[in-house]
Order: sequence, then structure tokens, then C-alpha cells
Amino acid sequence: MIHVSQLSKTYSGTTVLSIESLELQAGEIIGLVGNNGAGKTTFFSLLLDLIKPSTGHIENQGVRVDESEAWKSTTAAFIDENFLIGYLTAEEYFEFIAGLRGVEKAELSGFIEVFKAFFNDEILGNKKYIRDYSKGNQKKIGIAAAFIGTPALVILDEPFANLDPRAQMQLQKLIKSFNSEHGVSLLVSSHDLLHVSEVSQRILILNKGELIKDVRTSEITLEDLRAFFSEEVKEELPSSES
Amino acid sequence: MLTTLFRLELKSAFRSPTWKQNLWMRILIVFAILYFALIFLSLGIGAYYIIKKLELGDPFEVINRYVLYYLGFDIVFRYMLQPMPVANVQPMLYQPISKKTIVHFSLLKTLYSFFNWSHLLLLIPLSVVLIVEGSDSLQTAVWAVAIYLLLLANNYLNILVNQKTVFLVAVATLVLGAAALQYFDYFDLSIYTQPLFLALYNQPTLALLVFGVAVLSYFTSFSHFMGQMYLDTGLAKKAEKTIAIQGKYFERFGKGGLILKNDVALIIRNKRARMAVFAGFFFIFYGLLFFTGAIEAYDGVYWRVFAGIFVTGGFLFSFGQYVPSWDSSYYSLLMTQNITYMEYLRSKYTLIQVFTAVTTLLSTWYIVFGWDVFSYVLIGALYNMSVNAAIVLWGGAYVRSKVDLTSSKKAFGDKNAFNYKSLLLTLPKIALPVGLFALVDTYLGTTAAKLSIVAISLVGFSLRHWIFGKVIAIYKKEKYQTLKAYRS
Repeated sequence: MIHVSQLSKTYSGTTVLSIESLELQAGEIIGLVGNNGAGKTTFFSLLLDLIKPSTGHIENQGVRVDESEAWKSTTAAFIDENFLIGYLTAEEYFEFIAGLRGVEKAELSGFIEVFKAFFNDEILGNKKYIRDYSKGNQKKIGIAAAFIGTPALVILDEPFANLDPRAQMQLQKLIKSFNSEHGVSLLVSSHDLLHVSEVSQRILILNKGELIKDVRTSEITLEDLRAFFSEEVKEELPSSES
Repeated sequence: MLTTLFRLELKSAFRSPTWKQNLWMRILIVFAILYFALIFLSLGIGAYYIIKKLELGDPFEVINRYVLYYLGFDIVFRYMLQPMPVANVQPMLYQPISKKTIVHFSLLKTLYSFFNWSHLLLLIPLSVVLIVEGSDSLQTAVWAVAIYLLLLANNYLNILVNQKTVFLVAVATLVLGAAALQYFDYFDLSIYTQPLFLALYNQPTLALLVFGVAVLSYFTSFSHFMGQMYLDTGLAKKAEKTIAIQGKYFERFGKGGLILKNDVALIIRNKRARMAVFAGFFFIFYGLLFFTGAIEAYDGVYWRVFAGIFVTGGFLFSFGQYVPSWDSSYYSLLMTQNITYMEYLRSKYTLIQVFTAVTTLLSTWYIVFGWDVFSYVLIGALYNMSVNAAIVLWGGAYVRSKVDLTSSKKAFGDKNAFNYKSLLLTLPKIALPVGLFALVDTYLGTTAAKLSIVAISLVGFSLRHWIFGKVIAIYKKEKYQTLKAYRS
């Protein structure tokens, strides 16, 4: 589904992302983990053709994203608040997205039903513009909108951040069910190792712009993942014993 | 503590996006300030001699008559334009700074506002002239200080009553009413207020009273703000009531219709966009300058073409110029959604055409100046709807200023798109039709010249898809730069 080759992004001499090659299969949930500045959002922005690669390219479902726009009909994303239209109500925003993806109105209301528990009665039927919602609720709106029309690939940047514990669980369930029932492939980034190992089938760890680990979730335990990051912390902190 | 806060303020001023944006903007801001400073200065120096030359009476007495209006207009302008000082207060609330310090700081920093120091440029040279012309120096100084204190009282009064439109309406009516009554010789309020201001000169001790008023106004707004320093009162963001938009009509236009519906919501629900549209409608009256012969320099026939374009092009210039900046806050979304540039541009093109058509309808009253005048309005409308509607979208591809939709204050000249490419593109918008008209008019006569504009409009209209193609290529080329600017 995603084919990355010789990809790199450099800002005035500093390379923020460099991936030699990467192959992502359709139908999988792929978790992307890394510290701040590891290059997760840069990778997503390149994948969505929001920034231009310094070298190399990405192919999404057979088309180069920086050359063709064909991927737009089968790919959806929620990265940040730049994906929300602040002056619309949640319903109007969903209708707008549905319209662009060719989803009928009747179909849309059935679809939104799935997110009812996730929304926790705080979003639907509220006469309120998106810009007046809290950060957490804005995020919920953006995430739900990304699934409208069940695209082949959904990209979510830090979807668990800013959500309350209950909503985090519900989102895990939603992600899994869209994957297993509708065959939606997902790319999900997170700081939280637990969430990532919970939902994804494959985990990519980025560090300082490089892909340093690529494992199947079944082959690695949460402890291993933790150990991986704590190794780094150990090196950085002067140990108190010595 | 206060100096630390002032240093912070200085940083925020020099690091603001408006200031940092580009050289042109900076030059423009500096010029605007210099321009106003110069006006005030020359008024300060010249007022005395002008009054003397016009033989309106003793200059100092005349000046004291008009102090009332000066103060009145001052507060109206402050109300409309002066930004409130409470912005940026929130992060300080969590710091170990007493609330009193924060409020004092917020109130004191307004003294550095243009609305306060600009008056000094008028008062100081005026006082100097008065002294040179024989007034008592100490008394004049007291008088000037007292007037300035009154202006400062205005400053704090404005802060106190801001957001209360009733107050503005009351003051504006009072000032304009008094001015009108005086102008039509019914009743001259200024005769009664003149002795009050003169007394400040004759009885300098009275200035203490004015000092008291200024201090009182300061502390009233101080205590008002002390009560406002909570996140759920003065610093609260108010959630707006939603305004419903009937979407049925737009649905038949497919994806373009969706964007169009969005644009309608954009205009109705965002202050900034509303202001642009209002500003656009005011262009309708611009033609009065040209068609009534009010200004001699504008009497030429070529100016009529120019006027025709402006009268009907208000929306095009005030709103159209900033496509796609209006969508800047969610441009990333549009760039990743299943929508083509062609669909996007065509819906914007339609929007501009519809608004131009409405403006043209609203301009039909120009018929009272005769059919000839109205024909220029129609020609302008036609050119706007066909050629300019497309060119304005072309210019938009170079506009990289983020639009903050929710702010209406400071909408005047803030973050304008002073980009040399979009400036250059005003040439074909205005110079091309006027030039063509002039050329044909010289050789073939006025009727032929009018027809030539019609012809070029039709050509432009039939070439619109070709133009869109060119524009799309530019949009694509500029895409990453535009996104970078919008996302920052």
C-alpha cells in the first residue's frame, strides 16, 4: 500500500527525516512511536504531500503522492487543528467531508451513529461551532471525520493525546473495528507505548529522523518497548550510584 | 517587575507576525505612522496661524471652542480602533506576579499606544506656538497638560466602556448632533464649553480638578479590571450562537456547491470576512466622486471606466483578493481532501460573480445620472465578472498571509497582502481596461471603446478555463510555500 524509497527531508542542513526504504502492507494497523522531533509528523506530512521531500518519494496505492492527486480519494487523515473548519458545527463539518467523499446524507447519519459513544453526548446536536469546543472534543470531531466514507487508508497523528481515559479505550476499539470489519489500513502515531502496542500489528520506532526499529507487535512485548526507550534515558542521565 | 513586563511587551511587538512578515509591511507601517505624525505636527504648528489668517477670532479662544469636538471624536476613534490591553494577560496569571501589578501594567502600557502619544505631537508644537505668540508660558503649559490629562481620561474611559456599543452610539450621536446643530446655526454647544477650557488657562489651579478626573478614570478602570482577571469573566472566550444556513440550494452543484456553501458560512459567521464584505459594498458609493463632477480631476471619460470597475468590484477587491487566504486555517484539510483545484477555483469564481452581480443590482440607482453613466457601471460589472474574477484568483496564488477569521479589530491594514506579484496583478485588473478604452476612444470614438471592453470581457470569459489552467499550475507550484505560511 505504501512504498517509501530514499526519502529524506532536510531543513537548512539539518536532516529531520531519512528513510531508506519502507513497505507498508494494506489491511494493517501500523503504529509509529518516537520522541518529540523523531520525525513522525514530518513523515505524515510527506505522506499527505503537505511538504516536499528533499530526496526520494512516497507511493500511496501505486501513485506518487507528489505527482498525482489520485490518492486523495482513498486516503484520509487527521493531523492537527488545521484539518478542522472552525466556523462550522460538527454536523456541518461531517456533511462537508461526506460530500467531498461522495457519501449520501442518509448513509452519513448511520455512520456517525458508530461514534455516538465516543462523542459522549458532547458533540452531536450541540449548536456550537467547532472553534468553541475543547481541544479534546475537537480531536474527536477530527478523528471521526477521517473515517467518513471508510477510506482505504486513515492516518492519525497522536489521536490518543488530549482524550480522556474512556475515550482512549473507545478509540482503540473503533480503530480495531474499522480495520477488522472494513479492512481500513491505519497509520497511527503516539507517544504512548501502551496504546500503540494495544492497537497495532506492526510497530515502527523513529528516532531523530531514522527508522531504528520495525517489528511485529506479536514478536515484542510492552516491556521490550519500554526497555528500548529506558535504555536511552539511562545513557542520558548520570546514574546516582556512581 | 514592571520593567520586566515592559521588556516582554517590547519583544512581543518586534516579534509579531505582522512586523516580521515582510519588508513591505514594515515600510508601510512606518510610513503610516510618519504620515499621521506629520499631519499632527503640521496641525499643531499651523493651527494658530490658519485661524488667524481666516480671521475667525482670537486663535486661542477658537481652539478652546473646538477642544470639545476633539475630545469627542477622540473617544469615538478610540472605541473603534484602539485594541484592548487585556490580551496576553492569561499566561501571567499563573506566575508569581500580583494581580495588581498585572492590571497596573496593562493599563499603563496603553500610554504607549499611538492613540495617546500622537496627541503630544499636536499639543507640544501648539503650546510652543502659543507661547511664542505671547501667551504666558506657565499657564499655557498647565493648559496643555490639562488637555492631555483629559485625553488620558478618555483613554481609560474607553477601556472601561469598551464592548458596550450603547455608549459609542450615545457619544457619537452627541458629538455629531452637536456638530450638526452648530453647522446649521441652531445651537452652538461649543460656546458653552469654551469657557470651561479657557478657565484651565486663566485659573491654572483648576487643572488640579482635571488631574483628579484623570486619576479617577484610571482607578475606576483599575478596579473594573481587577474584577475581570478571571478566566470565566473578563478573559473568557464567548461561545457564539450558531446561525443556520440552508444547504439544500447548494447541493445541486456537487463539490463546488459544498465549497460555495462553506464560503457563505465563512462570510456570515466570521467577523473578519463580514468586514471585508461590508467594505466591498461601500465601493458602490465610490462612483459618486466621479459621476457627480464633485472632483474636477476625475471628470475625464477614462475615469468613468475606472469608476465602473470599482463600483461593482468592491467584493472582488476586498474579499476576492484574499482567496485562498480565507481558507488558511484549514488549507491542509482542503489539500488532502478529495477535491481538485479546478472545483475549488470554479466555486470561488462563481462566488465572486454572484456578489458582483448583486453589487451591480444595488448600483442601478446610478441611472439617475443618465444612461451614459450607467453604461459604464454595466461595462465595469461585465469586465469584473469575466476577466477580473479570474485574475483575482491568479493573484491569490501568491498571497501567503494567514487570515485570522475571528478578529475584527485591527482588521484595518493588518497582515495585508503586500506582495509585489499581487500588486503587479492590479494592472490588468484596472489599467488594462482603462488603457484599452483610452486607445480605442482616441481612434474610433466612445461607443467603439465601450464595445471593446465588452469584447475583451467576452474573450476573457471564453478563455476562463485556460486561465484556470494557468492559475492551477501556479497554485500547485506555490502549494508547499503557501501551506508552510498557513501552518506556521
